[in-house]
Amino acid sequence: MAEVRIEGVSKRFAKTVAVEDMSIHVPDGAFVVLLGPTGAGKTTTLRLVAGLEQCDTGRVTIGGEDMTRAAPAVRDVAFVFQQYSLYPHLSVFDNLAFPLRSPTRRVAEPDIKRRVTEIAEMLRIPHKLQSRATQLSGGEMQRVAIGRALVRRPSIFLMDEPLSSLDAKLRADLRLELKRIQAELGATILYVTHDQIEAMTMATAIGVLAQGRLVQFADPRSIYSDPDSIYVATRLGSPRINLMPAEALPVSGAPKGTHTIGARTEHIGIAPIAGGGIAGKVMRIEHLGDQSHLHVSVAGQQLTVLVDPHSVPSVGDEVGIRLNNALFFDGDGRRLRAA
Amino acid sequence: MAEIRIETLQKQFGEFIAVKESSFTVADGEFFVMLGPSGCGKTTTLRMIAGLELPTSGKIFLGNEDVTFKRARERDIAFVFQLFALYPHMNVRANIGFPLACQGVARSEIRSRVEETARLLRIDHLLDKPVSGLAGGDRQRVALGRAIVRRPLAFLMDEPLGALDSEFREIMCHELRALHDRIGATTVYVTHDQLEAMSMADKIVVMNHGVVEQFATPQQIYDRPATMFVAAFIGSPPMNFLKFEGAIEPGASSIRINGAAVDLPPVREGVTQRSLALGVRPEHIRFADAGPLQGMVDGTEYLGTTQIVTVTTDHGSLKARVGADMRLKPGEKVWLRLTSDRLSLFDAASGRAIPSALHHARQGGVHG
Repeated sequence: MAEVRIEGVSKRFAKTVAVEDMSIHVPDGAFVVLLGPTGAGKTTTLRLVAGLEQCDTGRVTIGGEDMTRAAPAVRDVAFVFQQYSLYPHLSVFDNLAFPLRSPTRRVAEPDIKRRVTEIAEMLRIPHKLQSRATQLSGGEMQRVAIGRALVRRPSIFLMDEPLSSLDAKLRADLRLELKRIQAELGATILYVTHDQIEAMTMATAIGVLAQGRLVQFADPRSIYSDPDSIYVATRLGSPRINLMPAEALPVSGAPKGTHTIGARTEHIGIAPIAGGGIAGKVMRIEHLGDQSHLHVSVAGQQLTVLVDPHSVPSVGDEVGIRLNNALFFDGDGRRLRAA
Repeated sequence: MAEIRIETLQKQFGEFIAVKESSFTVADGEFFVMLGPSGCGKTTTLRMIAGLELPTSGKIFLGNEDVTFKRARERDIAFVFQLFALYPHMNVRANIGFPLACQGVARSEIRSRVEETARLLRIDHLLDKPVSGLAGGDRQRVALGRAIVRRPLAFLMDEPLGALDSEFREIMCHELRALHDRIGATTVYVTHDQLEAMSMADKIVVMNHGVVEQFATPQQIYDRPATMFVAAFIGSPPMNFLKFEGAIEPGASSIRINGAAVDLPPVREGVTQRSLALGVRPEHIRFADAGPLQGMVDGTEYLGTTQIVTVTTDHGSLKARVGADMRLKPGEKVWLRLTSDRLSLFDAASGRAIPSALHHARQGGVHG
C-alpha cells in the first residue's frame, strides 16, 4: 500500500473543464471518498490517478513516485468499476486468479491458490470458488470483482461507485464488509460515489467535489457538523439541512453579513407555543418508525424537524421553535463562523 | 372521490395463487400504500382494482358500486404507470388535455381544467412548451397532470417513482404527497420501498406471497409488527431477532434467553415450549456498563445524527442505532440494554407476533 498525491491537476475535454486545480492527499491506509453529483469530476479524477486519462497540468504521485505520465500498467493500481465484468466462462477461482496469472506477474501456482483462498474467505465466498461466474447473484459477482482487485495487493484501490448497481440490502451489507476488509488489509482506497450514506459510513476522509473542484476535505463528522459552504452542508444529511433567509428568522448571534441560516433537522427544538420560541404551525407529519419528521411552517418558510415518534404534536398545532447550533452563510453561500 | 373496498379477493394464474383472500378498505381521500417485495401480489391487486385483471373470486367496491367485473374504462379510475409515456409531437397543454379531448369535453372547459391542473402541479409556465425538451421531473408532472385532469374517483399508481435516482425520488415523494393534500383524491400506491411507503402513506397494507400480512398506519406497523416478515421488511436497518427456545406463561413480563433475563411488555397469551424470537428495533438497544446481554462491536457506520453499530452476541449479530457522538471501536466489549416496553415477541415457526401489552393500544386492524 502507498500514499497517493494529486497536485494541482486539471483536465479539460474540448471546452468542458472536468477537473480544475485539484489537490488531494490520500494517506497510506486511508479510505478517501470523493462525493459529488453527476458531472462534479469524481470519475475523471479517479481515471487520472489510474492513468486512463492524461492530466493537462499538475502531478500525480503514487508512493512518492511521479506517475503523471506513466502508463496504467506500471502504476500498480487496481480499478473496480460500477459494472462488474467477470469472465463468464471461468469459475470464481479462475476469475480471482486471473490477475495473478498475467505473464508480467509470474506468481507461482501454490501462491495463487493460497491468495485466492485467503481473499475468498475474506469476502465470505469460499463455497463459491468452483461455481461459474454466471451462476452467481449480483452481490456475489460484485464481491468477486472486488476480490479480483484485492488479490493483486496493489498500491491503491480505485473504486468507481462499485455498489451502486446493487439493491439496498446488499449495498448495506457490502458497505460494512468493504470497510472491514479495508481495515484488515490496511488498504489505501480512493472511492467515488454520489451516495452520501456510502461516504459517511465508510470514509476516513471525504472530499466534496463541485464542478471539477475540491470544495472541502475532512473526516465525515467534520464535513457534517462543520461545513464550509451551503453546498457542502446540503451534501450530507437526510432530510436535508433547513436553509432560511436570515431576515425571516430572528436568531441571536448571527455574524455580520449573514444571508442564510442553516439548521439541521435535529438541531431544531419544538415545544408548545406557550413555552416561547419562534411561532410555527405543524403542516404535516411523516412517521418513519424510529423517527418522525414534522413539516413546520415558520414565517413563511417550510422547515423539517426531527422528533421522537412517541411525542409528536398534531397537524395544525401551533408550536414554538428554537434553533440550536445554527450555521450561518453569506450571500455567496460561504460559511460565516462566529468570531 | 370514493372509498375502495376489497373483499376476500383471490387471483390464480393456473396453479399459482398470486393474491390470496385479501381484504382491506381504502378510505375516501386516503393515501394508501400497498407494500411488499416483487411477486407479493401488490401489482396484481392494483390491476384488479383498475379492471386490467379479473379476480378469480372476491369483490371490489368503488364507492358503493360493485365494480368487480366491470370493464376498466367503465371504472372512474386513473392509472399512473412506472414509465411515463407522453405524446412527443404534442406540447404540454395538449398532453394534459388529451384524456378530456378523447371524452369530447368542450374546448373552453378543457382549457380551464388543463390550466387548473398545471397550477396544482406548478407547471403552468410550461404549458406551451414541447414535451421533448422537458427535464425528467417535469415530464413526470405532465404525466401526473394527464391523470389528474380527468378528476377520477381514485388514482392508482404502480411504482411511479421507481425509475428515478434516489435524490430526485425523495423530492417527488414530497411533491406527490403535497399534491394529494391539495386535491384529497383517494390514492392507491404500489411500491417495494418501505421508506417511500412510511413517508407517504396514511395507511399501509404489507403483502407477501399474495397474502396480506398487516394493514395499519405506518407507525403501528413499525411499532407493533404483526409478523416477523413485516418486522424485517420495515425499518432500515430492520428489526433484530434474538432466537431462543422457551415457554411463556400468560401475563409473563420477563423471559430468559439462554440464561439472560430480559423484561418485556406483559404477554397476554401464553405459549408452550417452542422456538421464539425476541424482536428489537435498532434504536431500542442501548450500551451500558452492565446488562443482561454482552456483545462485541463489529463495526460502526456514521450517519450524521446517529450511527449504526453492529454487535456480535451469543444470540447472533445485532444492529443498534445510537447517537453519533458515542465513540466505539471494533473489538470493544459492550453490554446491551433493551428498551423493555418496546420489545416484540414472535413464534419463530409461524412468524406471528405473540399478543402482549404492546398490542393493547392497537387501533388499526390486523389481518392475515
